[in-house]
This record gives sequence, C-alpha cells and structure tokens, in this order.
Amino acid sequence: MSETLRRSTEAEVINRLVVRFAGDSGDGMQLTGDRFTSVSAAFGNDLSTLPDFPAEIRAPAGTINGVSSFQVHISDHDITTPGDEPNVLVAMNPAALRADLHRLEIGGTIIANEDAFDERNLEKVGYATNPLEDDSLANYRVIAVPMSSLTKEACAPLGVKPRDAERSKNFFALGLVSWMYSRPLEPTVEWLEAKFADKETVREANRAALLAGHSFGETTEAVGHRYEVNPAQMPPGEYTNVTGNTALAWGLVAAGQLAKLPVTLGSYPITPASDILHELSRHKNFGVRTVQAEDEIAAAGMALGAAFAGHLGVTTTSGPGVALKSETISLAVATELPMLIVDIQRGGPSTGLPTKTEAADLNIAMFGRHGEAPLPIVASYSPVHCFYAAIEAARIALIYRTPVILLSDGYLANGSEPWRVPDPAELPTIPVEFTTEHNHVNDDGSTEFWPFLRDPDTLARPWAIPGTPGLMHRIGGLEKADGTGNIDYTPENHEKMVQLRAAKISRIADDLAPTEIQGDPDAEICILGWGSTWAAIDSAVQRRRRAGEKVAWVHLMHLSPLPNDLGDILRRYRTVLVPELNSGQLTRIVRAEYLIDATAISKVAGLPFTAREIEHHIEEASR
Amino acid sequence: MSDTTVTLTTKKDWSSDQEVRWCPGCGDYGILQAVQQLMPELGVAPENTVFISGIGCSSRLPYYMNTYGMHSIHGRAPAIATGVAVARPDLDVWVITGDGDGLSIGGNHLIHALRRNVNLTILMFNNRIYGLTKGQYSPTSEVGKVSKSTPFGSVDTPFNPLAVALGAEASFVARTHDLDRQHMMETFRAAHDHRGAAFVEIYQNCNVFNDGQFNHVTKRTVRDEMMIDLVHGEPIRFGAERQRGVTMGSDGALRILEVADVGEDAILVHDATRPDPSLAFALARLNTDDVSPTPFGVFRQVERVEYASSVSAQVAAASEHKGPGDLATLLRSNGTWTVD
Repeated sequence: MSETLRRSTEAEVINRLVVRFAGDSGDGMQLTGDRFTSVSAAFGNDLSTLPDFPAEIRAPAGTINGVSSFQVHISDHDITTPGDEPNVLVAMNPAALRADLHRLEIGGTIIANEDAFDERNLEKVGYATNPLEDDSLANYRVIAVPMSSLTKEACAPLGVKPRDAERSKNFFALGLVSWMYSRPLEPTVEWLEAKFADKETVREANRAALLAGHSFGETTEAVGHRYEVNPAQMPPGEYTNVTGNTALAWGLVAAGQLAKLPVTLGSYPITPASDILHELSRHKNFGVRTVQAEDEIAAAGMALGAAFAGHLGVTTTSGPGVALKSETISLAVATELPMLIVDIQRGGPSTGLPTKTEAADLNIAMFGRHGEAPLPIVASYSPVHCFYAAIEAARIALIYRTPVILLSDGYLANGSEPWRVPDPAELPTIPVEFTTEHNHVNDDGSTEFWPFLRDPDTLARPWAIPGTPGLMHRIGGLEKADGTGNIDYTPENHEKMVQLRAAKISRIADDLAPTEIQGDPDAEICILGWGSTWAAIDSAVQRRRRAGEKVAWVHLMHLSPLPNDLGDILRRYRTVLVPELNSGQLTRIVRAEYLIDATAISKVAGLPFTAREIEHHIEEASR
Repeated sequence: MSDTTVTLTTKKDWSSDQEVRWCPGCGDYGILQAVQQLMPELGVAPENTVFISGIGCSSRLPYYMNTYGMHSIHGRAPAIATGVAVARPDLDVWVITGDGDGLSIGGNHLIHALRRNVNLTILMFNNRIYGLTKGQYSPTSEVGKVSKSTPFGSVDTPFNPLAVALGAEASFVARTHDLDRQHMMETFRAAHDHRGAAFVEIYQNCNVFNDGQFNHVTKRTVRDEMMIDLVHGEPIRFGAERQRGVTMGSDGALRILEVADVGEDAILVHDATRPDPSLAFALARLNTDDVSPTPFGVFRQVERVEYASSVSAQVAAASEHKGPGDLATLLRSNGTWTVD
C-alpha cells in the first residue's frame, strides 16, 4: 500500500487526456468506456464522450466491421468535444488497431492485448506481420500486455472457467488504464457489486480482472509513468453526467410538467432514437404514457390523436421514420394541433449508417411535406442542451399549436457530458389554456365556437379538447375556412389559409431573443453553425482566437423560423462559413434567404467534425 | 371525467349543421341515420364522443356528427383513435372506415388496434369498390371484378374482413347491412357497449360504382333464403320457415343442410362468447364463394383486457409505487457529484 501511495505522488499532472477504448463488438468496450467516464465525472473532470459502434449486433469476430470503440476526453478545464486525436488507444485485437490507429496522435500510447495478436486475427485484417513486433509502430509508445492470459490467471483461483474468465479482460484493461491515469477503483468495484449482485461469478471475475490490471500497472516496469488529470474548475453545484438522449427524454418529461399536461409518446424502435422511448417508458409516475406503435406512421398518428385529446403528443424517430411520418405531420399542420417530432439524425439516405452521426435531415425537416406546410424547427447543440431544446420545442408547439421538429443526432444522442443539475423552479413554465367557452358572437347575439378563430398575436387557433361541453367541432385534412373551420375550397380562402399558416410560423421569430454573436463580433469571418457541430466549432474558434485571429460565431438553435436579425448580422461579414454534417443544407437556405455568399464546410463521413478540420477551414478562409 | 349520469339527448343533438354530401341513393345515408338515431339511446354525451375517420366516402361521416371529430389520413384512423383513447380513456371513440381505407392502405393499423383491444367502435363500410376515386377495385372486390383499373378483371384474391379481424384477435366481430336500420342499430349498440375494440363490417351499397353488389344477399326478395341471422344462444337456422340450418361435419367443416334431414339437434347453437375463435372464423367464411347464405349479427364477443385501461393502470401503479413524479429527483437519478 505504501508503494502505491509513494508511486501515486509521482504521477505527472497533465491537463487533458483522450482515451479511445477499441475492441470487438463482444469485448465490452462501450461498458469499459462508460465506467472510465463515470469515474472521471465523479472525480470532477470535465468530459465529453463519443461512442462509435457498428450497426450489426455482432459482426464477425475479429473483423474491422466488428470494431466497437468508445472515446472519452477528460480534462481539468472546460471542454466540449470528445477530442480530435486520442492520446491513448486501447486495442483489444488487431482489428481495433487497424481501424483506429490512424486516429491516434503521433507519439501516442497504444495499449494492446497481445494475446489477441495471433496469426489468425492478424490475417483477418490483413497484417502480414505482427505490428507489435515489427517496426511499423515506431512512432508510438507500445505497451503490449497479455490481457487475456493474465485475466484467466487472475480468475483461476475463483474457479471460473478460462473461457468465461476471458470475457472479463475489458475490466483488466480498465484496471490498467485506471492505474496509468490515477483513476480510483472503488466506484467501479461498488458498481460491480450493485450490477452483478445476483451473479457472483461474473462479479468476482470482473473484480479480479480489474484489480489484476491495476496491479499490473503498479508492478510492471513496462508501463512506466503514471499521469493525473486534476478536477476541472467548474462552477460550484451538484452535477450529473447525461447523454443527449437521456437529457432529451427528461426534457420531454419536464415540458409536460411545465405545461401541466400529460405526455403521450408514440414511438417505433429505431436507432439511434430508441433510448428516448426506453427512458420515457420508465417514468409513468409523471403521467407519461408510452405506446410502442406498429410502425412509424402509427406512432405519429398516436401522438396527433393524443394532442387532439389534450396531451403533449410526442413521437421520436430518426430520418427514415421522419419520411414515413411526413403525411401525419402535414395533417398536424392543417389541423393546427401541437405535436412534437423528435428526429435523432443518422447517416442516410435509406438505412444508411444507423449507428453513425450525420445532420442531413435539415432539408426533410424544412421541406419534406406536400403542399405549403411550414413548421418550426429547433436543433439541440450538445448532450445537455437536448434537455432545454426539448422544452423549447414543446413550448413552441403548445403556444402556437403547430407540429415542431426537434433535431438532434447520433453524436449528441450517445455522447455525454457533465451537467450542473438545474433547479426545476427556475425552468420557464409553459402557459397552456384550453378553450372552454364559445368565442364568437353571431349578429343575432347567439354565440358559437369557431375552432379556427385565431389569437390575434400568435395566430394560434383555440385548443378545445373532447369532453368540453358545447365546443364540439370537427377538424381534418380538408382545407378549412378561417374562423368557422367549415370545409372551404374557395380560392380566396385557401390562399388566405396558406398565408396565415406561414405567418403563424414566421411570427415565432418575434418571440426569440436577439441572436448572440460569440467570439469577435468585429471579425471579417463569421462561422454559422447549428446542431452538434457546436463542440468542434467552439474548440476551433478558441484556437484561432488564441492564435491571434478574429473570428465571429453564430450558433443557431432555431432553424425555422430563422431569427429576424440573422440576415443583417451575416451581411456584416466578408466570409460566412457554415460547418455542416451534410452537403450544405443550411448554407443553401441562408444563401436563398439572405442572398449572401455563404460557404459550406461539409462533412458526411458518419463522424463529427474534429476541431482541427474546422480550424483548418478558418485558416484557409483568412488567407 | 366519465359521465355516470344518463345523458338525455335527441337525434338533433347529434347532428351537425353541415350539409350531407354523398351521392343520392348512397348506402352511407342509411348508416348515418342509424348512427344518429342510436346515439341518444346510448346515454352518452356528444361532448364525450369522438369520431375519427380516414379518407374515402365513408370517412366524411364525422363532419355530420355534432361531436368531436377528425377526418384524418387515408388508413390512419385506428392509429389516431388509439392516441385519443390512450390519452383519454374517459371518451367514447368511434372509427369510421371503408374497405380500401381499413383493409388496404390502413390494414396494419386496423389489425394492431384489434390486437391491442383498444376501446374503439370500428365501423367498416364495405362496398367492395373505391368510390371517392371513382371506381377502382378494392381489397374486398371479387376475383374477376371489372373496374376502371382492372378492365380485364381483377386477379387479386379478396380479403374477408371478418376473417381478418378474427385473425387479428378481435374481441368483438359483427356484420350488418345498410338496408336494415334496426339491425344496424342493434349491432352498433352491442359494439359500442363492448369494452375493447369492436369491429363491425357493414355491407354498403355504392349505387354509382358498384350498384347491387350485395343484392344477391340483402334484397328483400332473397333475404329469407340468403341471410343467416346469428343470435347468441340459439340454433343457427334460417329460411322462410327456418327450415335450413348450419351444421358441423365430422371433418370440422360447416355445412348448410335441411333441418328436416338432420334433425334439430344437429344444428349448431350460436355462442359468440366461445374463447376459441375457430367457429366464428368458419362462420365468417361460410359465404366465401359469394353465393352461399351469409351470416349477419355478432360473430364473436369475448372479454379481454382493454388496452387504454392497462396503460392507465400502469401509470397509476407507478405513481402509487414511486410517488408522483418529481423533476428534481429525476434529474439526479443517474447519480450526482458535488463541486464546491
């Protein structure tokens, strides 16, 4: 013990660290990364994570297609991205090394499970010779550890079969990395005890592997130096670590509470949105009703039906589901009912890259309906922001009686970051009033209910829900007369209704705070961002400014309607760069809207931007 | 919010001020009359009643009811109605659909609403044709049907709507027709009173695009010989003298035989409450050849847990078990740490 203490005082302090855990889909890398993250969060580091896993549940073992990775960035200061280049790559097999080596910084550390580097595994991914033994990794620091055999040895006294024991090698890796970077083991041991309370063998094998990995670091010269990342200076308060999907689900629960309305979710399982359905289905004590529908269309229909009945109707999906829901969203536009459509974007078209991120659904959100059918679009920009974006999207839907599309993406959905837990009392309430009385007086003094008699300020129509005496009315997809809501196909009425529905949406912009310009408002270059590019833009802008360059940055949370002041702001800059995880969808919109020469920085690789990529484009543009 | 007192209304209270716009002579008029005339007898209030329809001629019906209503999307009414019913189990929710709306574009939603046993009263107007789009064959049209889209005759095998419903685990399945208001009213009443999804097929004449499709069964001159009135607890007999009956052979097949030949004891006694739907299925398929006598009435009526009440029960149980939701607790449920 004294040895441990003595050595731990020798740990070198570094200010940040990016570790990438990579292995076969069955190697438990997501779990390992998640544990390392939790321990670091509790230790007080700021952090950001990027899970990266294949679409197949189990691709053939040992192949590149089967590699599952989890990247975590921990630091002693405020960070927003999961890091451009890992400092440490944990490679549980040759496929993991093959797949992820190119990401590692030159001079970075490779921790490899040398047991898995046998001829068969090497051959599977095209290594003619063992990279751990030839000179190909000369630019890196390689720590080759027989993790499988050491794990089996550690578990042998427990009577665990070698084949079962081998499965705990991810905990060996975690133990080793924990030693190298001075992470405490206790939280993970406690977690094992709770998680595997009923499975003694698994619990004890994992614990033995964890401790063995830690001891290996402590006692083996090969591992060498030890490092430490101090806690970040974060504002005082109580923190939790959330993924975007969890935050979004909690935001929906909160929106219901803030509006004093029950939430009904219709959803069909789809990656990467299903976790929202899972999370919401656990919170029925908030009055949340969840229905796993027969298909995407039904899921949207149930949300709309619930909205008609007076609930906050929500449906959650990803791109292919949005396509299927399009007709129902159009009906929500026509019937002017509040409804929330959450799109956790992924790589497309079609099934595309289900587990990889992309932000290429802006076009379908903006234009993907038949007829003139504008609707508001809100985009979340960080895992934590998903909570607030859900509340904002619900607020707009409920106040303006319109379907709203909330865009998130796979990167935000699965990525996590610390969050200072807000006081619910400080969240804005959403005032919703159902109509309970007649709202129109006829010439003869009698009164009636007119379902399309609008609020003069918001242009929202009244929301009178079934069960309200005297306000029975019929709505539907056929064009309705403004005011009475009777079927009306006349040319004048249709044109008026198209204009009114559009005006209702554009008026939402009057209700938005002035656009914030971050960085240097007097710069010549302005970065216009939206969605999850926020983190990489933030780092890139900080770096360029530290390098002495002036850069302005506007990050949009409302994509429809666009802020009223956006055109004037963008016209001030010589260069407007729009980083997007698509082929330039927002770029085309701002060019059309404001006639400015905005330039897209486009990436469609299934991965988020690195800060370096964006920084590079800023540098190029400033020449 | 449910209204436990008997609500006294008249047919007028259930009729909206909208002009009814179906083709003159359409069978839909008779169905609307039956629905509007029945509603006051159900003891429910218009404000607690919701009619949801899809698209098609039949789906205009909600506009004529002075209730809450939605004329929605082609095929999607069962899904939207499920949303209404799950959110508000206190409401009386009706679904109005047709053979194209409910069995073609919306087949998936229909079978899942039936499977879940959502408390919906589903009226399917079956005219075996697409009327609103002016005369294409439908999923219930017979093989060989000559229509605008099948000039050489349809080669599609049709659905038997009741067999589909029974296959989807429907807990209430019935058939009626647009020429018998009293029978419609009694069938709709039974469907309404059933707790769970109730499916009613209504033979409905489209006098413009498929006139007389059901004449061989429902015309007054042939009714006695062609319509089999299913009455729970009674032998399945029909004919002017009730001289014919339905029997089950040793091979399990249903046959129509003369009562005099086989004796009264050989005639099946109708039991709508049989847990096993096989006999209801066989009865539903008795007229699959489209020339045999056709059973009407309630084929199946069994008790099964209703969907929305199960959902509500879970909500109530969670609130009781965990206490009412508290946001501050929820936001800490992943574990927290404190920065000083």
